[in-house]
Amino acid sequence: MGDTAASPAPAPDAVILAVENLEKRYGPGCESCLALTGPDHSTNVCPRCGSVTALRLISFDLREGEILGVVGESGSGKSTLVQCIYFDLDATGGRMRFDGQNDAADVTRLPRIEKRRLRGRLMGMVYQNPMRGLRLDITSGANVAEKLLEAEVFHFSRIRGRAQSLLDRTEIPASYIDWPPRTLSGGMQQRIQIAKALANNPPLLLLDEVTSGLDVSVQARVLDLIRELQREMGISMIVVSHDMGVIRLLADRTLVMKNGGIVEQGLTDQILEDPQHPYTQLLVHSTL
Amino acid sequence: MMIRCEGLSKHFLMHIREGTRIEAFRDVSFQLAPGEFLGIGGPSGAGKSSLLKCLYRTYLPSRGNVWYEDANGRTCNVATADEHEVLRLRRQEIGYISQFFPVIPRVSALDTIANSMVARGFPREAGLQRARELLERLAIPRALWQMSPSTFSGGEKQRINIIHGVIAQPRLLFLDEPTASLDSRSASEAISLIRELKSQGTAMIGVFHDMNVLRSLSDAVLMLERAAPAKDEH
Repeated sequence: MGDTAASPAPAPDAVILAVENLEKRYGPGCESCLALTGPDHSTNVCPRCGSVTALRLISFDLREGEILGVVGESGSGKSTLVQCIYFDLDATGGRMRFDGQNDAADVTRLPRIEKRRLRGRLMGMVYQNPMRGLRLDITSGANVAEKLLEAEVFHFSRIRGRAQSLLDRTEIPASYIDWPPRTLSGGMQQRIQIAKALANNPPLLLLDEVTSGLDVSVQARVLDLIRELQREMGISMIVVSHDMGVIRLLADRTLVMKNGGIVEQGLTDQILEDPQHPYTQLLVHSTL
Repeated sequence: MMIRCEGLSKHFLMHIREGTRIEAFRDVSFQLAPGEFLGIGGPSGAGKSSLLKCLYRTYLPSRGNVWYEDANGRTCNVATADEHEVLRLRRQEIGYISQFFPVIPRVSALDTIANSMVARGFPREAGLQRARELLERLAIPRALWQMSPSTFSGGEKQRINIIHGVIAQPRLLFLDEPTASLDSRSASEAISLIRELKSQGTAMIGVFHDMNVLRSLSDAVLMLERAAPAKDEH
């Protein structure tokens, strides 16, 4: 079809995060670990050395404004993946390149201070359990402020104002800013976590099973909030969930994980309607 | 040519059904220029919807190519293109009106439709304005405009679906039985909307149950036959 002169390719959306061969192993590891574990062997435990390979050869990239879903059953490595990206866990191999960096950095050689800087400037995280993401006995406002301090915002009135507007945006009543999260409902705690995760205006938000454990009406409101924030702020997200409904509603593309590895990745509608891998077929056909 | 499909085939391999192979359609070829309408006909089970889904990449084609020339004059093979490229084309150029509307819960009909235009870069006010015009034209009662389509009747949902697909003025539009659940008045209004879009240069590939409608819209008709039972071949 070369009958019209092609104009230059439109610039692709910026890559917010590129992950190459990310690996997380518990134990000494041996030469056989990768060959004898993973989806094809249905185990994470190396029969030779007993080490657990929680993540293996994970590679993907995430573009600006994109929502990437990660699905898989318990133990597949979904949470480990986002925790390694957020530097909650130290990956044992692989490279990552964040927006604005020229080269992918070896994650095992990143200094602690650099990890803290990347996390403070570029990422927000919302955990399934608010106890992990929040300090339940200090005020909601102080929880949000903590993230701002991590992002090196030190001016008191700016912090207070920003905390107020974030809590407002996530539909937490103004009077609750001085209440500790422990005194609030599960749905509200989750919204405070979201406010905290957004405090540094991150280009990348990681969401780990954020609606699990909430009842359906509360779940719906949290999902609506995430969708709205994505639309307004154009923020890129990695959404980990075992709930195909959540993935269908939120994700543009989806990774399917099993035994620490990616067995299939594709457009979310393709993964759900025309799954290729036997495991994905089982997963999709098991949903209610 | 805007789209050229060469030897496209699709079968499903059901690993969870002892590797059963189900053939959807085989060796489909056609080409289409801007403003043309290709009708897809054939009995149920012939793979009409599957063909549309393969062209949209909801299904992964098993074999063949789908060459698409985009608004910038660049050609890509949708059958194998990078997912980001497919997402870009869906966002900017290629639309799909299915039999069932994937409603987003708790978003009003008016916003759902307007957002479809906003996503293609139109100002929000223009989106709302045009959405109101079309809701009026397809006789959706005003009382429903601010409500979520998830509560609507089948026919109302389907009209929202059509408006949603048409309003974004895609370059290429796939239609899968868009008027099946509509009464004759709404159906003819919907068809005139589709005709208008076609006259503005949108290329379309459509499945219609009603052969008269199909013939009246189509510049060419491709008849699919029910696939032969699965054979041992690749």
